[in-house]
Amino acid sequence: MANKIKIRVRVPKTAKKGQLIEIKTLISHNMESGQRKNKKGGKHPRKIVNKFVCKYNGKEVFVSDWHPAISANPYLAFFIRAEESGKLEFSWTDDDGSVYTKTASIQVN
Amino acid sequence: MTYKSAAAYVVGGLVALGMLASASAPMAEGYENMVGDKKSGYHYSTPATQSIQDDDFNNPSFLWVDQGEQLWSKVDGKAGKSCATCHDAAAKSMKGVGATYPKIDAKSGKLINIEQRINSCRKNNMQAKPWKWESNQLLGMTAFVKLQSRGMPVNVSIDGAAKPYYEKGKNFYNQRRGMLDMSCSGCHVENAGKMVRADLLSNGFSNGFPTYRLKWQKLGSLHRRFRGCNKNIRAQPYKAGSDEYTALELFVTHRSNGLKVESPSVRR
Repeated sequence: MANKIKIRVRVPKTAKKGQLIEIKTLISHNMESGQRKNKKGGKHPRKIVNKFVCKYNGKEVFVSDWHPAISANPYLAFFIRAEESGKLEFSWTDDDGSVYTKTASIQVN
Repeated sequence: MTYKSAAAYVVGGLVALGMLASASAPMAEGYENMVGDKKSGYHYSTPATQSIQDDDFNNPSFLWVDQGEQLWSKVDGKAGKSCATCHDAAAKSMKGVGATYPKIDAKSGKLINIEQRINSCRKNNMQAKPWKWESNQLLGMTAFVKLQSRGMPVNVSIDGAAKPYYEKGKNFYNQRRGMLDMSCSGCHVENAGKMVRADLLSNGFSNGFPTYRLKWQKLGSLHRRFRGCNKNIRAQPYKAGSDEYTALELFVTHRSNGLKVESPSVRR
């Protein structure tokens, strides 16, 4: 889906303090690896999401660097420990510098 | 220390995540789509691929479905209508519809499939430009409409005016073609369940289309699959949306009658 980036994020609405919660994310992106040849014999320029960051109330809790072998429409799931109510911010950084973001809130009891 | 365990869990691609999804998959536990000796392509998939389909969140097809849902109520064309103007809520009006196509179009008397139905609606009722085949819009709308029939049995009719198309599709299916001189039935009927080189041959049922193929890294239509199959046997493929492929779709879908609609499915 080249034209418009779509993001899906699944965060539990509520959690108990100290509980491990699973976060799931999915972003629509072509992840053009830079290896594919075009009809003229040149290469399609590389354009991938190269960094993913998750912040929990402003603090980085999950960071990953991505490389060309990652498939299109990358799915990422990870666990964090629920410590306090607040906001989770997700951001994906593209090769061209644009940043796609999404936020979700969580209630911790 | 708190968040360290997370670092071990990076799963970038779609292929490696089987173990992740199975924990929370609603459909996974004993999901079965078999009728008699018919077995949905789901059962030919590896557990890792199945688990992507099992959870709608993991299923990347839903990126297209979301788009289709938005387009459903978006006004387009000179008539100033959207799909919702006439059809209202898709969950109600489109329920079961996807399971009955391809069928004979009452107006033109021709056999049409869902994609062609959507485009004829756009052209005639909305006076909007028809979407291109395999465009994100058309795939999204097709998937969105078919999703409303998910879980319902495929039920296409081959009576009346559809009969000649069915025969045409059947002939296509059994006709050897291409440099490899192979027919559809040679693989998908006579040798289903066996390996063709490194690939496991399925029964070739169409109940999961449009499908997200990991190979394509996107959603794709049944006609795209037909084209791929024809190319693989070194035959000249027909155009997507051609009468040949629509007739073939009728035959293949009629073969799938009784199986539950799985659209949008995930396949290797």
